[in-house]
Amino acid sequence: MSCRLAGAAAMRAAQTQTSPVLDGGGQGGVAIQVRGLRKRYGDVEAVRGIDLTVRTGEIFAFLGPNGAGKTTTVEMLEGYRHRDAGEVSVLGSDPADPRPGWRARIGVVLQECQPEAELTVEECIRLYAGYYPRPRPVAATLELVGLADRRAARCGRLSGGQRRRLDVALALIGDPELVFLDEPTTGFDPAARQSAWEVIAGLRDLGKTIFLTTHYMEEAERLADRIAVIAGGRIVAEGTTATLGGRDAAASIVRFTLPPGMPAADLPPVLAAARAGGPGGTVEARATSPLPLLGALAAWAQARHVDLPDLQVIRPALEDIYLQLTREAR
Amino acid sequence: MTAVSPGRAVSAAGSRRQLPRLIAHQFRADLRCFARNTQSRFFTLLLPVLFLVIFGSVFRNADVEVPGGSINESVYYVPGIIAFGLISAAFSNVAVTVVRTREAGIYKRRRATPLPASAVIAGRALVGVLTAVALTAALLVIGWAAYGASIPVRTAPAFALDVIAAAVVFCCLGFAVAPLIGNVDAAVPVTLAIVLPLSFISGIFIPAGELPGWLVNIGAVFPVRPLATALLAAYNPHTTGPGLRWGDLAILAAWGAAGLTFATLRFSWVPRGEGD
Repeated sequence: MSCRLAGAAAMRAAQTQTSPVLDGGGQGGVAIQVRGLRKRYGDVEAVRGIDLTVRTGEIFAFLGPNGAGKTTTVEMLEGYRHRDAGEVSVLGSDPADPRPGWRARIGVVLQECQPEAELTVEECIRLYAGYYPRPRPVAATLELVGLADRRAARCGRLSGGQRRRLDVALALIGDPELVFLDEPTTGFDPAARQSAWEVIAGLRDLGKTIFLTTHYMEEAERLADRIAVIAGGRIVAEGTTATLGGRDAAASIVRFTLPPGMPAADLPPVLAAARAGGPGGTVEARATSPLPLLGALAAWAQARHVDLPDLQVIRPALEDIYLQLTREAR
Repeated sequence: MTAVSPGRAVSAAGSRRQLPRLIAHQFRADLRCFARNTQSRFFTLLLPVLFLVIFGSVFRNADVEVPGGSINESVYYVPGIIAFGLISAAFSNVAVTVVRTREAGIYKRRRATPLPASAVIAGRALVGVLTAVALTAALLVIGWAAYGASIPVRTAPAFALDVIAAAVVFCCLGFAVAPLIGNVDAAVPVTLAIVLPLSFISGIFIPAGELPGWLVNIGAVFPVRPLATALLAAYNPHTTGPGLRWGDLAILAAWGAAGLTFATLRFSWVPRGEGD
C-alpha cells in the first residue's frame, strides 16, 4: 500500500515537472476553469451561468439530480456542445477550439455508449490504443479495470458492469491527464458499484484529475476531494464532503431513550427544547455544538444513577444536505 | 511554454504523417467487425449470391433482347445481380453500419480521441469499397462457372472501371443516407425500400425490355440503372469496342458528388436527439 502511494506521489511529481504552467498542470494546479458558463435549448436555459475550478490531481464530483444540467455542462467541457456564453479552459485549451494534441490529454467516459460489439475486449482496447501517440500498456489497463479474465470475450457479450469497466479502460488507454466520468455507476448493483469505486479511487493514485458527474451523494462522498452541487442549471453549493452546504456548521442530533420511569420533564434545562415521546420514549435534541448538552446530560444521568446505553450523536448526513439543497433550487 | 511549443508542432505535423497509419488501423478493425456481423454477412454477401442462383436458374431457357442482339437470360442476370451486390455492399451496408455505430455512441466516443474524422470515415469507406469489389469478383466467378457468363477481353478494363467507380459512388451515397435514418431499427428497411424498387425499375430483376418505357426512363435518372447498363455493356458479346459508357459513368459520378457533399454537410457524430 505504502509502495503504491509512493509510486503515485512520484508520478504526480513527474507530472508537475513536465506540465507547463499554461496548461494548468504546474504551480497553478488548475485543470479546469469555468466562468459564467451558459447554455440554452430553445426556451429552456439548461445551464445558467456557472463557475467551477477543478484542481490538478483531485477527484471533483459534480452532483445533481437528473435534468439539472450536469451532462450539458460536462459535454461543453469535453467539446461536444457549444456554449452560449462564458469562459472555459480545460487543460489550458478552450474545448470549443482545442489546440493540437489536446484530445490525447483527456479521457472521456460517456453516460451512454456501447462498445464495438463484434470485437473482443482486448481488440477493442488495442483499437483505441492505436488512436493515441503514447498509449498505456494494454495488459496493465485490462488489469487496472479488472477485465483481464474477460480479454477474449466479445464486447457485445459483456454485462453492464463489465461494459462500464471497458468504458473506463477505453478512456484511460491514451494515458490522459484528465478523465471525465459521466454517471459511471448509474444502474449498477451494489457490488458492481463498489468495484467501480475501487477503480476510480485507483485513478487518483495514478495522479489523474477526475471530473465525476453523479446523482449519488454516496458516490461523491466516497470518492471526491471536492463537490459542487448543480440544480436547475446553477451551482447551489460547493465544498469538501465536510463543509458542503454548511455541513460543518449544521446542527448535530443527540438522541437517546429515556430510562424507564423517568419523565421528559425531569431532563436538565438545556434539553428542555428536546423532542421527546418518540417510539419507546426516544428523545432527540439538536445542537450546533453538542458538547455542553452532552455534559449536562451526563451529569444528570450520573446524579440519578441511570445509564443511557443507546446515546448517539448524529452528524447531518450529506444525503440530507444534498436533498435540501436540490429541493430549494426547484 | 517554450519547452512545450516545439513538441506541439511536432505532434501536429506527426498526426498528418500518421493519417495513413490511422486509416489502415481503423480499416482493419472495421473489416473485422464486418466479417463477424451476421446481419452484414447475410444481407451484404449471401443475399446477392442467393439472388444470382435463383434468377439464373429459374430463367435458364429464355433469351433477352440486348443492344446488338440477344443473350441467354441467365447470362443477362449476372451483371444485374453484380450491380445489386455492389449496391448492397457499398451503399446499404455502409448506411446501416454508420447508423448503428452512430446510435451506439461509438462515433461520439471516437470523437473524444485524437483520431481524425477523416480516418473514421475513410476506414469504413474502404471496407465498403473492398467488400463491394470482393463480392463482385465472387459473383463474376459464380456467373461464369454456373451460367457461362463471361466478359470479353476488350471490355474487361471498362468493367473494372465501372465496378470501382460504382463502389466509390455508392459508398458516398451510403454515408449520405445515414443522416436521414433516425434509428437502428429503421436502417435495414429504409435501405431496402430505396434499393429494391430502384432495382426493379432498373432492369436488375426484370429485363428492362419487358418494363414500360416510362418506368425505365424514371429509373435512368437514378444511379442504379446507369450501373446496370454499364455492366451489361461489358458482359454483352454484341458490344463493339471497349464498352465504356461515359454517359452512365457521368450520371454515377454526379450522384457520387452530390452524395459526398450532402454527407459532408449532414454527417452526425452523436446519436439522434443529442445534437447541440
